[in-house]
Amino acid sequence: MLESDSNFALQAHNLNIFYGDFRAVKDVNLSIERKKVTAIIGPSGCGKSTVLRSFNRMNELVPTARSEGQVLFMGQDIYDRQVDPVEVRRRIGMVFQKPNPFTKSIYENVAWGAKLNGFKAGIGKPNMDEWVEYCLRKAALWDEVKDKLKQSGLSLSGGQQQRLCIARTLAVSPEVILMDEPASALDPIATLKIEELMRELAEEYTIIVVTHNMQQAARVSDFTAFFSMNGDRAGFLVEYGNTNQIFTIPQNKMTEDYVTGRFG
Amino acid sequence: MSTPTNSIRLTPYFESNLPPRNRKASIWGTLFLLSTTIGMIMLMLLLYNIISATFGLVAIDNQVDPASLAVNGVPIEELDQEALITIIKENTSKGKFRQLEREQPLIERTWDEVYQVVIDDVVQPNDIVGTWPLVESLTRKEEIVAEVKQEHPKATVKFTSWINPQFITSPQSSDVLKAGVRTALLGTLLIIAITIVIALPIGIGAAVYLEEYASDTWINRTIQTNINNLAGVPSIIYGMLGLAIFVRAMEPITSGAVFGFTDPTTANGRTILSAGLTLSLLVLPVLIINVQEAIRAVPNSLREGAYGLGATKWQTIWHHVLPNAMPGILTGAILSISRAIGETAPLVVIGAATYITFDPDGPFSKFTTLPIQIYQWTSRAQGEYHNIAAAAILVLLTLLLSLNATAILLRNRYSRRY
Repeated sequence: MLESDSNFALQAHNLNIFYGDFRAVKDVNLSIERKKVTAIIGPSGCGKSTVLRSFNRMNELVPTARSEGQVLFMGQDIYDRQVDPVEVRRRIGMVFQKPNPFTKSIYENVAWGAKLNGFKAGIGKPNMDEWVEYCLRKAALWDEVKDKLKQSGLSLSGGQQQRLCIARTLAVSPEVILMDEPASALDPIATLKIEELMRELAEEYTIIVVTHNMQQAARVSDFTAFFSMNGDRAGFLVEYGNTNQIFTIPQNKMTEDYVTGRFG
Repeated sequence: MSTPTNSIRLTPYFESNLPPRNRKASIWGTLFLLSTTIGMIMLMLLLYNIISATFGLVAIDNQVDPASLAVNGVPIEELDQEALITIIKENTSKGKFRQLEREQPLIERTWDEVYQVVIDDVVQPNDIVGTWPLVESLTRKEEIVAEVKQEHPKATVKFTSWINPQFITSPQSSDVLKAGVRTALLGTLLIIAITIVIALPIGIGAAVYLEEYASDTWINRTIQTNINNLAGVPSIIYGMLGLAIFVRAMEPITSGAVFGFTDPTTANGRTILSAGLTLSLLVLPVLIINVQEAIRAVPNSLREGAYGLGATKWQTIWHHVLPNAMPGILTGAILSISRAIGETAPLVVIGAATYITFDPDGPFSKFTTLPIQIYQWTSRAQGEYHNIAAAAILVLLTLLLSLNATAILLRNRYSRRY
């Protein structure tokens, strides 16, 4: 039987992911440390996002997708029959590549997820207004939006929208936050803000971030997983370790070629 | 990958061809403008035609002087009922007299009613001796008046708007000047109400199922293909279906018999309910396709965002998919309702009455609708019926436009929210 270590937030065991007959990801074994930032890097099409999305069962929204192997979250296989994906997705939140605020007010964007997951105000507990403010502060957005909470979430700039999406994710109290290239649609200043935010959030949350930007991975992450693929186009984990080590003394030739820009 | 081993430096030559390209573009632009212009002209002609027939001069001949009807020096006000009936018999056509007798035997009516018949049908029969379209009425007024004076010395010529409050509030009548569209208008409104109540929830429900729930299996693909094909089926076929199912097979329900509703005049299933059900069937495929289109247009990123927060499928659909698809859903509803309002053929097949003078009083009533009324009037030989048909077309267009305007207002309200 597979042992789970409480140091790890998520553990993938022999994870294989298929789209129809096509194997997109093969035999991934990966253990994500708690309250750290883990970056997943690799060339396009190597299955980084697929792996990330399989960590909160978002992948199964794609009709043809299916997975084999295990993903352990706090020692429990999230693909177990008894596990409801809806509960998994609350505890393992996700921020997407393109900011996708709801077509609701800024306030409602944050409050909606909490409300539908049974948020209850009580003595010694925050009420909804306080909770929305807390989440927006955590996402470093409060000062910019506190006077226009009733305005549409879509009226914000791209970077603000992405931080609103982060605040919205925080509002359901997840333990892990998955980020799928969260800054790739943003300008450098907005990107910097998101990166700073990731560092701050890592004090409380486990963060896994997929990125194309190796400088970003080097700047924000504690650990880095490098994925690549071979002729069969199935992505696999090449090397995983401390970010410093991956970028300075990579053990694998493929990793070295990639991080030094000699890939391909 | 293969690269030429002995690479020769190739310098391509480009012929300057910008003028012909621009020329081609401007030719196409002109063609598109031309098509738009032709369309606009057609529309103008249509409107001109309707409006020209709705307003214009009418010559009405009131030939009989009441004094000339006096029998042996006794004026008609003082004659007894039988004498009045004799006057009616002598001074109206046989057909008219039979019709009066059929409505209610004259002898059974009160004296006042019979006297009214004398005034309406003998003294002022309102025989229309001529009608003229709008433009002619405005430009040749004197000539027309002179012409009429020559042929019908007692006739009066006056400018008439065939569409007027009395036209909208009067029931169907055999007298053109008294005929109105109330019966047809009420029939249309009731049928549309039933169509909306039935088709909208079913259509939206089916579309949500097909887009959000149905997996990609052959059976769902077959359903989808069939819906697409049904949208193109001629409406008369829906009429046949309605006749077989709603009028015949479901007669106890559509005639209201099971609900204890018995009306001797509607002893069968040819009711407003049958018509509404038939039109619901007719618009469902178009509605489903439009709503599906609207749902598909909601970006997937919104669904993912909701799922990512731990929303269930239903919460995602209810809070994000449907509100964001609402403008498109309303557009689909507008199209469907417009189509249903204009349908004639299926309603004729299921047995709409062409001539009824009483208001439909509920879903189990006999009915006629505006398009059927218009069709019936335009197929009459007398020119003045064409005038009231044009007036009825204006009523139909106004009804359509106001329903559409409501839906567009609703749509804009939804789109403006965020």
